[in-house]
Amino acid sequence: MGEDQKGKRLKRIVFVTVGTTSFDALVRAMDTQAVREELRRRGYTDLLIQMGRGSYIPSKFSGEDGLVAVDYFTFSPTIADYLLSAELVISHAGSGSIFETLRLGKPLVVVVNEDLMDNHQSELADELAARKHLFCSRPQSLGQALRTMDLEALVPYSPGDARPVATHINKFLGFQAD
Amino acid sequence: MERRNGGGGGFCSFPLLFAVAASFVVAVLARVLYVLYHTGRPLRSKKGVRPLRTLIILGSGGHTAEMLNLLAVLDKDKFNPRFYISAITDSMSLQKAEVYEESIAPQNTGTGDEMNPAHFMKIYRSREVGQSYITSVGTTIVAIIHALWLTFKIRPQVVICNGPGTCIPLCVCSFLLKVVGIRWSSIFYVESIARVKKLSLSGFLLYHLRMADQLFVQWPYLKTKHPRALYVGRLM
Repeated sequence: MGEDQKGKRLKRIVFVTVGTTSFDALVRAMDTQAVREELRRRGYTDLLIQMGRGSYIPSKFSGEDGLVAVDYFTFSPTIADYLLSAELVISHAGSGSIFETLRLGKPLVVVVNEDLMDNHQSELADELAARKHLFCSRPQSLGQALRTMDLEALVPYSPGDARPVATHINKFLGFQAD
Repeated sequence: MERRNGGGGGFCSFPLLFAVAASFVVAVLARVLYVLYHTGRPLRSKKGVRPLRTLIILGSGGHTAEMLNLLAVLDKDKFNPRFYISAITDSMSLQKAEVYEESIAPQNTGTGDEMNPAHFMKIYRSREVGQSYITSVGTTIVAIIHALWLTFKIRPQVVICNGPGTCIPLCVCSFLLKVVGIRWSSIFYVESIARVKKLSLSGFLLYHLRMADQLFVQWPYLKTKHPRALYVGRLM
């Protein structure tokens, strides 16, 4: 994104990801005055949006006048580097990005897409929010969620373990347990 | 005259035809019941010494990540060869599986394609995200025919899947191969971690049709609602 050259100010990046499809309501919410202002108030300097196949193009800012610098792109083969460089992640409710972010220990706000037909996605986000691993919001209430969230209250997520499932499968098939 | 004779002849053989058809149906039903009876019962251990042809059904994004976490702890010499299938519209998942297989492959891979432990295939999807349930009927039929062809080619002994819609036609076809007697397989289904309170359509169908030998859920609440499911922790 060409931002790395101008490293004169300390960057605090917010990374937004909509996943493999599109989520215009989230991109639009990121484009509102309330959200931008809140990010600035919290001391974030850069906003990078992975907007997917969406048709809504957010307005870019270079980051002068103390405003949050805004950039966007459509897709990337992996978002790992973006997550790693971010101080706050705002993501769609897909389990892939949720767990990738939690594993890196980054503060996460999940925004549920209410336009999806089979909307089971809020189940996971709500459950993890109830366990204080992340914050859960809707596009229209994102500004408020950012205003009221307390990053100190987050509980680190301890990753699961696939071995018990593998043990069951091995036992069923008659393979020796390792 | 001829038409009347033909008609009369058909009428005469009707009871015979009926008897043949009825006994056929009974035989098929008995076979289905036999297969269902053995579904969920562990295989005899001596059969499990040899490596098993494994069909791994990939879904997009989160599904693939979960599957790769499970594969990471399965013995690749036992689950060998491995056939990966993803939806035709989803090249990312297959790519991730390819990257994973490359990462575990021994450095000096032989040129013989037959010995290759990993194969990658694509299947027509029964339903795209956001597609209406009505048009999914037609696309599901196409997906089933394609699934029949693929399962017949692969003849899996183990099927591992975790939730994408593509897994239903493939599981049904694997089940059919069992009924017909072409290949016995064990079907393992791990419900996606995204399902906290309600099974996905795939999970719901496999649970209630009793087609999965073992069905894992990743949240305790789902286990309380579906007692035949297994809960042994999370993959992610």
